[in-house]
Amino acid sequence: MEKRYFQPEIETMPVEQIKALQSERLVKQVQHVWDNVPYYRKKMEEKGVTPADIKGIEDLHKLPFLTKDDLRDAYPYGLMGKPKKDCVRIQSTSGTTGRRVVAFYTQHDIDLWEDCCARAIVAAGGTEEDVVQVSYGYGLFTGGPGLNGGSHKVGCLTIPTSSGNTDRQIQFMVDLESTILCCTPSYAAYLGESIEEKGFRDQIKLKAGIFGAEAWTQEMRQEIQNKLGIKAYDIYGLTETSGPGVSFECEEQTGMHINEDHFLAEIINPETGEVLPEGEKGELVFTSLTKEAFPLLRYRTKDLCVLNRKPCSCGRTHIKMSKPLGRSDDMLIIRGVNVFPSQIETVLLNEGMTPNYQIIVDRVNNTDTFDINVEMSQEMFSDSLGKVAEKEKQLVASLKAMLGIQAKVHLVEPKSITRSEGKAVRVIDKRKLYG
Amino acid sequence: MAVKQISVFIENKIGGLATITDVLAQADVNIRALSIADTSDFGILRLIVDDVFKAGNALKENGHIYSITDVLAVAGDDKPGSIARIVKALANEGIGMDYAYAFFAKKENLAYMIIKVEDMEKASKALRENGIHLASEEEIVSL
Repeated sequence: MEKRYFQPEIETMPVEQIKALQSERLVKQVQHVWDNVPYYRKKMEEKGVTPADIKGIEDLHKLPFLTKDDLRDAYPYGLMGKPKKDCVRIQSTSGTTGRRVVAFYTQHDIDLWEDCCARAIVAAGGTEEDVVQVSYGYGLFTGGPGLNGGSHKVGCLTIPTSSGNTDRQIQFMVDLESTILCCTPSYAAYLGESIEEKGFRDQIKLKAGIFGAEAWTQEMRQEIQNKLGIKAYDIYGLTETSGPGVSFECEEQTGMHINEDHFLAEIINPETGEVLPEGEKGELVFTSLTKEAFPLLRYRTKDLCVLNRKPCSCGRTHIKMSKPLGRSDDMLIIRGVNVFPSQIETVLLNEGMTPNYQIIVDRVNNTDTFDINVEMSQEMFSDSLGKVAEKEKQLVASLKAMLGIQAKVHLVEPKSITRSEGKAVRVIDKRKLYG
Repeated sequence: MAVKQISVFIENKIGGLATITDVLAQADVNIRALSIADTSDFGILRLIVDDVFKAGNALKENGHIYSITDVLAVAGDDKPGSIARIVKALANEGIGMDYAYAFFAKKENLAYMIIKVEDMEKASKALRENGIHLASEEEIVSL
């Protein structure tokens, strides 16, 4: 098979050249941040580092880390690297209160982000002959806009269906003969089932899918590939680093190539912050190399993974990251939405309830189920079934408002939630996400 | 003439009722009548017992959530039409029932009905005017 790349000279660049390019860009990026982002400059000063100390990628470890807490402290404009007049767009995370991330883009940033997505589409076999159906949400979420832009760059006929309305998705897929599907893996699995149920399996022309924004296993990949008769490619990204396309899979499906001309990756020990050698499992840290509006130096992703630079049969020279193998914090990603257990505690306290709860997440038919057991309290109880049910309903609505997704609430006996060594077990995640 | 009813939160799972009735048995509380109202994942167990105070303490000690509610206990002969007479007496006065359940006392050969209404006074009056016997707490306890 002929090997195809979106930007061959970069994607197959010899490793030494990539490193030289990264060094050159890192020096510039650090200077840009120093000059334009007082928040980070202060962090550097506190650590006694100036741009003069950063002469290349070998000096990266001297820079301070950025965390999600920094993003929250600096919200909304504190980490912006360009004046508002030069920025053209924002994208934002799922909007979980107190933890929302707002990222800014200049036209140049969007352009480079779309290049990254275009590389992923070409790696999945996309050409200008393809019809790409983008069933990621459009709007603040990065999934839709990112793949939409990438698809335009490759020259594919792009169908911006956005997420939801499954019947219409299938109708377009059949009528317009979509060949590449972009969405979350759980939605891909759901579409696969619906297509099978409705008997459209013979009428779809899909050949590949690019699925991200959620952790998924090899088993799930197999299932999606079988159901849709396609090859399923993983894609990785964070709103903080622009969105999907930070890294993507090639036909080898043995890890995701990080777009190293734009992102410099490190693996650290999440406890000590010490940089770990290639091949060891630890927390993934990204440094942007080309961003104007939202440059992030040494941003801790909380995702645990492994990097490797073994030569890849696809010809791409960029380093590969494993699928995330877990997370170093308590954040859950449920149906693509970030959920922190502490948010549930906040809602319960706001509703005048005792914060004794347990989250149970599972994956049934490739869709996440989200149940919350809440221990009954004297305040919530009454002799009237209607009144208790009303309070339960109110709780469900407040949770939805806080989390952005629907949870099933179960009222349980007081003290019935498992306590291990006196500490309540807050989360039971039965999904096998990181197999 | 109200009677004290004890309402207990009960999780809708196998063994839920057994746990609570066991607590009451251990405390030597006798259950006169029992009814359960439920949704798909929880219920309210409503009980008429011979000693509300003892029952409440036992439940509290075992970490159960409960409340005490005033209800009416109405007695009628154990024969056809008895309950119809009681219910009609309330309906005729435009009094709605929140819930009701019945039990049978062998010794007296009487059928008892436990009724929860908003306006206890109005309901008591309507029942009395129709010659229906309202049982006192003592009467229920001594059954």
